[in-house]
Amino acid sequence: MDAEIIIFICIAIGLLACTLGVAGILRFPDVYTRLHAETKLTTFGSIFLCLGIIAYVLSQYLAGGDAQYIVLGLHTLLALIALAFTNAIGAHAISRAAYRAGIKPEGVVDRLSEVEQK
Amino acid sequence: MKPVAVTAIFAFLAYLLLTAGSGDVLFWSWPEIVAGVLIGVVVGGLSASWFCSSGNMRMAHPFRWVLLAIYSIGPLFVEIIRANIDVAIRVITGNIRPGIVKFNPGLSTDLGKLLLANSITLTPGTLTVEVDDTTGVFYVHMLNVSEICGEKEMCDASDIFAFFNMPAWIRRIAE
Repeated sequence: MDAEIIIFICIAIGLLACTLGVAGILRFPDVYTRLHAETKLTTFGSIFLCLGIIAYVLSQYLAGGDAQYIVLGLHTLLALIALAFTNAIGAHAISRAAYRAGIKPEGVVDRLSEVEQK
Repeated sequence: MKPVAVTAIFAFLAYLLLTAGSGDVLFWSWPEIVAGVLIGVVVGGLSASWFCSSGNMRMAHPFRWVLLAIYSIGPLFVEIIRANIDVAIRVITGNIRPGIVKFNPGLSTDLGKLLLANSITLTPGTLTVEVDDTTGVFYVHMLNVSEICGEKEMCDASDIFAFFNMPAWIRRIAE
């Protein structure tokens, strides 16, 4: 069945992204680069897991399911929007707090250190 | 009066979104619609001063919400997928050049800055560390700073996003 293939592809991409996110936490050198792997790759994984749910809901509803599937799909969509917003804001808050606490990033340039002399 | 009406309509639409699938009038039942109107009026009266605290009614136009939806499932999603593949490869190979760069998108409103900072943070490989409120300069931590961008004092939008000019999209939506 076609819908099942789409669902499996979505879930496989989501799990792969989450696994790579965990690998990134272990491999990257400092807090900022780890935040990249931790928050972004896992957000991407969650987006595709949610898309898998939405594909399942659509296939069930179009096959003659009742209105409960719409509720499930809409709530998943709302969870997805909330996840995307809060994850981005959380990552920004952690990195800003880390910088203010004096953790210097490893790397080639640091333009923020030129102005932060308050 | 206008802030109250805008907040009430917004609360009513949010209530409808949460209760879809409850009945036969399109997707809703009559009791839910009546409850939604009452809750919308109460919420509008109570929280209009907070919800419209900027006094800026630009986002009340439905066209801007359509544009925001198109933006998030079009350019933003394509950028996120491209950057995710890039970061996934960098996780495996360990080939990174991290650094914090300066970037001035030239946005003036708070909502525009919020949307762009969120877009940057949601795209893997770039992370907004600090935003200067007076000058509007973004300090962006990048996982892979290109040679040209590392040399320059101020990076361009094309150094941060690969395919689309995101500040122009945000300006169209929020300013």
